Amino acid sequence: MLDFFKRPILALQDFFILTGRALRNIFRSPHYTDDILLQMDVIGVGSLPIVILTGGFSGAVMALQMSRALATYGATGQVGQIVAITLVRELGPVLSALLVAGRSGSGMASELGSMKVTEQIDAMRALGTDPIQKLVTPRLLATAIMLPLLTIISDLIGLVGGFLVASIMLNTTASQYWNSAYRALVWNDLAQGLLKPFVFGMVIALVGCFYGLRTSGGTQGVGLATTKAVVVASVWIFVITFFITQIFVNQQ
Amino acid sequence: MADSTPQSVLRFEHVSVSFGDTVALNDVSFELKTGNTRIIYGAAGSGKSVMLKIALGLLKPNSGKVFVFGEDTTNLKEKDLFPIRSKMGVLFQEGGLFDSMTIEDNVAYPLENSIASPNGKAGLPEDQISTRVREALRFVELEQTLAKFPSELSGGMRRRAGIARAMVNEPPLMLYDSPTAGLDPITANMIIALIVKARDTKNTTSAIVTHRYQDGQLLANFRYNPESGRLERSEKNGDGVCSRTTFMVFGEGRLVFEGTQDELDRSTDPYVSKFKAVKP
Repeated sequence: MLDFFKRPILALQDFFILTGRALRNIFRSPHYTDDILLQMDVIGVGSLPIVILTGGFSGAVMALQMSRALATYGATGQVGQIVAITLVRELGPVLSALLVAGRSGSGMASELGSMKVTEQIDAMRALGTDPIQKLVTPRLLATAIMLPLLTIISDLIGLVGGFLVASIMLNTTASQYWNSAYRALVWNDLAQGLLKPFVFGMVIALVGCFYGLRTSGGTQGVGLATTKAVVVASVWIFVITFFITQIFVNQQ
Repeated sequence: MADSTPQSVLRFEHVSVSFGDTVALNDVSFELKTGNTRIIYGAAGSGKSVMLKIALGLLKPNSGKVFVFGEDTTNLKEKDLFPIRSKMGVLFQEGGLFDSMTIEDNVAYPLENSIASPNGKAGLPEDQISTRVREALRFVELEQTLAKFPSELSGGMRRRAGIARAMVNEPPLMLYDSPTAGLDPITANMIIALIVKARDTKNTTSAIVTHRYQDGQLLANFRYNPESGRLERSEKNGDGVCSRTTFMVFGEGRLVFEGTQDELDRSTDPYVSKFKAVKP
């Protein structure tokens, strides 16, 4: 029975050790600036198209879904408010994070996993570099910086998507839509809307790198590590968003 | 040779390692001295690769001690191992090249990224790094592949690039992990010839892990002639490479045999005989 719990607890301990070392390396030299910039490009700029696409459609679909409920109260003019609050607080951060987890988290796990099974990680250590400093810390920084930025873009495009639906299908005027959207948002919404992607970004990168560096058993192991990284990161995103929301909800 | 009394370069004292229930190394002790070559035979899974990883400090032994250049590295922290590792060159089984970098960047890696040196640079200016990289690649006859990626090279070329990277900062100790595994006989002999050349021109101490009996025969009986640029048979007696080359045979984590070539040839151990049976 004890053995049953031993493995996950050991894994969790390893995860926190990796997290500690990756965070500590942020303040230690050498700093691999080139690697950080490269990862920012790969993770941030690379994810831009899908984040824009999903952001736009999620805003549009929110407007469409809510229009029926709002119509009952004759309040379709308030659609901007609902789109803005749901997007900025929840949908923008969570959807962008899930996309980046699927795209970059899996990429990290498979890249580091392949490096592990082909002895490149060992080679790195043998050649005098700390793989955590060279591989994990740049990915952690890049994701934690780029995901909030991606979320901002996603929120904005989502609002535009909602506006298109509102003006074309619900006959709401532009000023009505943007006014209700703008008034709905308070600092609290923006704070949680930006804190979430920052935390998600760290979780995605750490989980991806963690499973990548633990890969064993050849190419099959790489596939397994990739799957685990995406599943575990996605679950954590939902758990964490609940707790962050819980903190902010009580502070209105 | 300049140094009269050979110093201990690598020493194992009663080293044992196991992974879960599998014993990878069982009470292994040996010593390798400056200028010597050690050939380590063993079948797959006999613990010979694990031994090299322990020598590098990539794995920690469960018991026993490891000394590298006279320093006890058994319980050193990773960051204290870096200066010692910079004195060791390694060729990994598949070359261990970084896929995401060109051959030039791969070979330059030890010079540009070592934590052991300040600012992560070996203190060399760009043009000197480039010269050293070219020299190392010329040594393995791969100068034309500077801008290529490892995936564009053949297995043998990747191994050669791996050798260039291992020796670019001229380490006094070279470790080769199965340099000929999975190669055709012609390419395999070429790799061994390069190892002989590296050993004889740079005067390095070498440990070569292999499962090919003829690799050891070549290394023990041939030397590099800098004038002709080819390998030639060295005299059996006198100060030939033969006397500085010793053999070890690993079997299921145990050191089954240790000795000179003559002793290896005379050995009647059943496990050792299995290796000799595949003589060309």
